[in-house]
Amino acid sequence: MNSDKITKYILFGASLLILVLAGGMLYSLVEGSLPSFRVFGWKFLVSPEWNPTQGNQHFGALAFIVGTLFTSIFALLVAIPLAFSTSLIVAEYFRKTWFANVVSTCVDLLAGIPSVIFGLWGFYALRPFIVSIGLSHQGFGIFTAGLVLAIMIVPYATSLSNSIIMMVPNELKEAAYSLGATRLEVIWNVILPNARSGITASYILAFGRALGETMAVTMLIGNANILPNGLFSTGNTMASVIANEFGEASGVHLSSLIEIGLLLFVITAIINATGKYIIKKFA
Amino acid sequence: MDSSILQKRKTMTTTTHFGARSFKSRLFFSIVLLFALITISIVFLIIGTLAAKGFRQINWSFFTQVAPDTFDAMMANASGKIIPGGILNGITGTLLLVGLASVIAIPFGIVIGIYLYENATKRYANVIRDITDVLQGVPSIVVGLIVYLWVVVDITKGYSVLAGSVALAIMMLPLIIRSTEESMKMVPTTLKEAAIALGTPYYKVILRVLIPSSFSGLITGVLLAVSRVMGETAPLLLTTLGNSSVNWNLAKPVSAVPLLIWQFYNDPNMVNLIWSSSLFLMGFVLLLNILSKWIAAKKSIQ
Amino acid sequence: MAPATSILSIEDLSIAYDRDKYAVKNVTATVRKNAITAIMGPSGCGKTTLLRAINRMHELYPNISTEGKIKLYGDNIYEMPTIELRRKIGMVFQRPNPFPTMSIYENVIAGYKLNGIHLKRSERDEIVEITLRDVTLWDEVKNALHKKGTFLSGGQQQRLCVARALAFKPEIILLDEPTSALDPVSTAKIEDLLVELKQHYTIILVTHNMSQAARISDNSMFMYLGELIEYEDTKTMFTNPKDPRTEGYLTGKFG
Repeated sequence: MNSDKITKYILFGASLLILVLAGGMLYSLVEGSLPSFRVFGWKFLVSPEWNPTQGNQHFGALAFIVGTLFTSIFALLVAIPLAFSTSLIVAEYFRKTWFANVVSTCVDLLAGIPSVIFGLWGFYALRPFIVSIGLSHQGFGIFTAGLVLAIMIVPYATSLSNSIIMMVPNELKEAAYSLGATRLEVIWNVILPNARSGITASYILAFGRALGETMAVTMLIGNANILPNGLFSTGNTMASVIANEFGEASGVHLSSLIEIGLLLFVITAIINATGKYIIKKFA
Repeated sequence: MDSSILQKRKTMTTTTHFGARSFKSRLFFSIVLLFALITISIVFLIIGTLAAKGFRQINWSFFTQVAPDTFDAMMANASGKIIPGGILNGITGTLLLVGLASVIAIPFGIVIGIYLYENATKRYANVIRDITDVLQGVPSIVVGLIVYLWVVVDITKGYSVLAGSVALAIMMLPLIIRSTEESMKMVPTTLKEAAIALGTPYYKVILRVLIPSSFSGLITGVLLAVSRVMGETAPLLLTTLGNSSVNWNLAKPVSAVPLLIWQFYNDPNMVNLIWSSSLFLMGFVLLLNILSKWIAAKKSIQ
Repeated sequence: MAPATSILSIEDLSIAYDRDKYAVKNVTATVRKNAITAIMGPSGCGKTTLLRAINRMHELYPNISTEGKIKLYGDNIYEMPTIELRRKIGMVFQRPNPFPTMSIYENVIAGYKLNGIHLKRSERDEIVEITLRDVTLWDEVKNALHKKGTFLSGGQQQRLCVARALAFKPEIILLDEPTSALDPVSTAKIEDLLVELKQHYTIILVTHNMSQAARISDNSMFMYLGELIEYEDTKTMFTNPKDPRTEGYLTGKFG
């Protein structure tokens, strides 16, 4: 066998690692979830009761599924105006100027700040502020966690939309200006329709990030195993309950946490695949 | 041209308000600018908070001593002194974890990246690329869970350096694969073809042409991947747990700077150490970030 | 040269990039109504900048300074809202640029949509049909009005862009080398169209193509290094240029 063939086999062989990793992850999560699934079955998904007390053990993930969706959707709603504005400043209003450079560098730095530090900042700076303006007694909950989460996902929402907005041909914008459109009208009628799918995809990917964020959320959401009943309610997300209870969990409790991990794995995989599909198909 | 239409258009012209429309446009710009300024001011707020609260605690012992226990910290707080000790166990742990993770992830990442570049259009390669993207989106806590099941339960029978490194390596792998593929794409195909035309064996084309000519791109990708996992806390909680002393044994638990921050956060006596550790971690991560951007920018100028 | 009825007068216009790099220097000229005026000159002579100054499109780029006046029916355009000005002075660009997210129909009435003017269905239909007939595109696209304009040929796309500019009934249409990206057959169609349109509109055309200017324009400007060297009746300029630089350009010595 000649050396070229060997090289090709080595390259191909390495690529199998990805299949093994992905397959192994799914397999281990499913296997680890089985003890929990045998006890609670599909009810696991719709039961809001989570009680790890020995003797009264009952596990249902609904509170965390709702908590995760609630927090992430709120975070996305807050992040979109911030991210969209940042993209317009960088890719349209101040395109290729020093100011655009400053803004995009800052957003890059934001992406580099570790989650645990966002959590600290939320705890020591944002939370007291929220308490002082009377929005909430303790400052913990969906609202605080969602705000910090929103800031954390802004870089993910902007990096792709920036380049998509930049790619809208100048000729089209000029055509609109020559018809008497204002800048706002150009943004609304030319830039957005042309960049719509790419921007949507980047917000979907950012949402996927928000679903799995752990540390900052764990530090701010209040860690209550209840169905959240409002924006200022405390709660738990799928990720935060794993982080919180993993240390002392065993048996069915541990298996239930792994089942939540499996859910999170599947949901984020679907969200990410959707985002990538939109990019491939339309952008 | 029908004159009635012309007439109608004339009246319409006078009814659209130029002033209102440009006012709307300027108002929109002001709102957009305001939101963008809010976004970037948060970066300064966070960095400022850490710098202001953290710098006092950064001294020589911060880098040479391990983290204090609660009692020492409480005594220091009670007498108004600076908390003794440092984060040496965290620094060495982070270096060990990230170092080992790099040793695992970099070779595999680069080789798989080259495979994807060489087989860009193959159906199988596209599947691998899609799965890589999905892996990149797996939440870090889930990676931690999986490595707990794989390494902590089955291999090291306990929390360990190895487990933590594997978790970080899994998170680095997709980043390195995609950045390798992207930087290989930048290498002019003529360069590769020239080498092939000379009858160079395939592995030598890779080692002598592809890797050297995309080297700065590869470094950028690796640095970004390292900076991404260096601050990770969640997966380490599930795989290495932490250690109050310096440890170099791969089968034993180890601490890390983000783990220490988490530990300090949960201990009211240690609050003052949080800020210096966070300042140190963020400084290090941002430095790597900036370094990688700088290399990337330098490359694009050449 | 004294035009019969003038519509636009350019008075001592100078335009500079980055404060001191002059693209247009002290240009003074009046443009005749219902005629085709061609602006010629080697690349970099400032002809496109001059054209874009007429509907203030040059202001879209940073660090531009403008001195002098351009008057449309006696009103200085630099004192008008750009929105109003650009409605009166339409523009067609070098490369066909129909909006890819809009159908052919929507492209024609894009000006109304962009300016937030709401028309009745019947009014819209009428404008679309009349305008597309004006640019001789109606018969070719009447069965595909609601398809995207990007499927048309380059020449058809360019006529669609002319229609888009015409739908608003502007006073003046500016064209920036409108045929440079087109094949000879499409070019000829556009040229015929322009000659047809000058009955109702005033046309100012930047062209790199001397024979095009000779074929269709009534008056010609020759610009060189930002200055307006010569402005004449086209026939006169081509047969008897006054300035040696004009002659040099027309005989192909540079450009």
